[in-house]
Amino acid sequence: MRIENHPVLDFERGEKISFFFNDQLVEAYESETIAAALHAAGVRKLGESSEMHRPRGLFCAIGNCSSCFMIVDGQPNMRVCVIKVKQGMCVEEQKGKGVLKP
Amino acid sequence: MLGAKVLLVERDDIPGGQLVKQTHKFFGSEKQYAGDRAIHIAQMLLDNVESNPNIEVWTNSTVLGIYEDGVVTVEHDEKHTKIMPKRVIISTGAAEKFLGFPGNDLPGIYGAGAVQTLMNMNGVKPAERVLMVGAGNIGLIVSYQLKQAGVEVAAVIEGMPTIGGYLVHASKIRRAGIPVLTRHTILEAYGDNKVEGAKIAEIDEKWQPIPGTERDIPCDTICLAVGLSPLTELAWQAGCKMAYIRELSGHVPIVNDDLETTVDGIYCAGDVCGIEEASAAMVEGRLAGINAALSLGYITSEAEELRKNAMDELDELRSGEMGNHIRNGLEKLSGYRT
Amino acid sequence: MLISDGVPTIEDIIKITPSDERFAQGPVAIVECFQEIPCNPCVKACKRGAIAMPNDINDIPVIDPELCNGCSLCVSLCPGLAIFIVDKTYSKEMALVKLPYEYVPVPEASQYVTVLNRAGEVLGDYEVVKVMSGGKVNMTYTISLTVPQELVMEVRDIKVKE
Repeated sequence: MRIENHPVLDFERGEKISFFFNDQLVEAYESETIAAALHAAGVRKLGESSEMHRPRGLFCAIGNCSSCFMIVDGQPNMRVCVIKVKQGMCVEEQKGKGVLKP
Repeated sequence: MLGAKVLLVERDDIPGGQLVKQTHKFFGSEKQYAGDRAIHIAQMLLDNVESNPNIEVWTNSTVLGIYEDGVVTVEHDEKHTKIMPKRVIISTGAAEKFLGFPGNDLPGIYGAGAVQTLMNMNGVKPAERVLMVGAGNIGLIVSYQLKQAGVEVAAVIEGMPTIGGYLVHASKIRRAGIPVLTRHTILEAYGDNKVEGAKIAEIDEKWQPIPGTERDIPCDTICLAVGLSPLTELAWQAGCKMAYIRELSGHVPIVNDDLETTVDGIYCAGDVCGIEEASAAMVEGRLAGINAALSLGYITSEAEELRKNAMDELDELRSGEMGNHIRNGLEKLSGYRT
Repeated sequence: MLISDGVPTIEDIIKITPSDERFAQGPVAIVECFQEIPCNPCVKACKRGAIAMPNDINDIPVIDPELCNGCSLCVSLCPGLAIFIVDKTYSKEMALVKLPYEYVPVPEASQYVTVLNRAGEVLGDYEVVKVMSGGKVNMTYTISLTVPQELVMEVRDIKVKE
């Protein structure tokens, strides 16, 4: 859900684009972070913890806490709360520690 | 303003810190733009920076380290870059504190700053129904902002017996129908893969839950506004002497009246020096800048006056009842100076 | 109590309530700011110099009801949204209250809205008589409502139906 009507703020959202989340097509605006676009699409679980396999979501949304690590275009440990979403991007839930591509 | 060349390094894609996402009007006096909304103050400051040819801004750039020989390393344009500034001002701000309770790692447990970012920067509705934990200024203000964004706030809970934030903020959300429950704590968060609710209870003087007062709060988001800690990594790494001062919310660099740390040429300003209101942080930033310029010999007729004005403003902001703990904290800090 | 739940007590309100004689003279500002915080835009907002802070910006604002003419300029300029205008001379049964408003939707004149007291409790549906925009920068609306005389010192917020 996005805020359409606000007493103080106007949101300039830019072009509508789409990207993949776990192979599912998700709509977004190009000015948004991946985490914001996913949140707007109702996705809260972004990954799983490495030992207990607990669900993980974002916490700080300013790139500080590492709770939002996801795999973006094959690259693990990406802080999706500060990375802007791009057309056709492939975003996947990260389960545990990511494996760096050689 | 005094003629020194400045490189401003910012981790985010726009400078301005938290100001750019705060929609409420500032307190303080007109010298700190009281009555203006933080977003407008941020824009005005950004315009000032942009129109000043002496200031260069690097965004999406992270300072990685400050070394003994004065070298500062920065990740800039995805490259490791070295710079050699004559003076450094650390104004890294603060990070949100976390709270221990069962289920606190569920998706949907967000820092109050995260909620502000989602809501006011991205225009994303952060929740349908929120439980706010903490009745300091941040908890109260973000609750109000949630209401403005059309989000229901189930309650604001606070462990202390009294509201920590400004009472006008509390009154504003109370009359809008949001309960403020002091002496209450969160017992647990529950939900399947995401927050679906919280159990809260009243607590006694020893902070123990009072049996029979447990309550279930259905909500899809639990927002933590339980305080901030100074982001001091760079100050530690640079070798600045630090002191733990509870009133300033943690370890802070020991600074003198000029806001210079124990390392020559490194200054600190804002929440990194101790958690305080944003109006004080703005004045500290100005003061550190003036002092750094003065120490480099940029001495103009107005510099001394600007410096004195900034110090007077800080004294004024801290002089009232709400400034008690800051004054106590600064008093303790001065005891650590050599 | 205000400090523990955000709702001013009757004692708090009595302290800042003007005299019946003053109410009989027309509109007057009610400043519901009970805590010493560093903040003073209300002092600057009043063109008649009716709001004062004798020592410094941490003072609780003191209003001189004789100087105040209830012009309502301060309502949208108080950063704490803590100032209201009350006019008990509106009519025999009805009084006028002006309050700051920063939500959506913004009501229109002659629309009925749900009115709330300081604790957020519903007191009924009453008519908006005037809506004043704070402008592009201030952005705080000042909403004038007519409510029964006995509610005018109770009504402090409104809820507008979508």
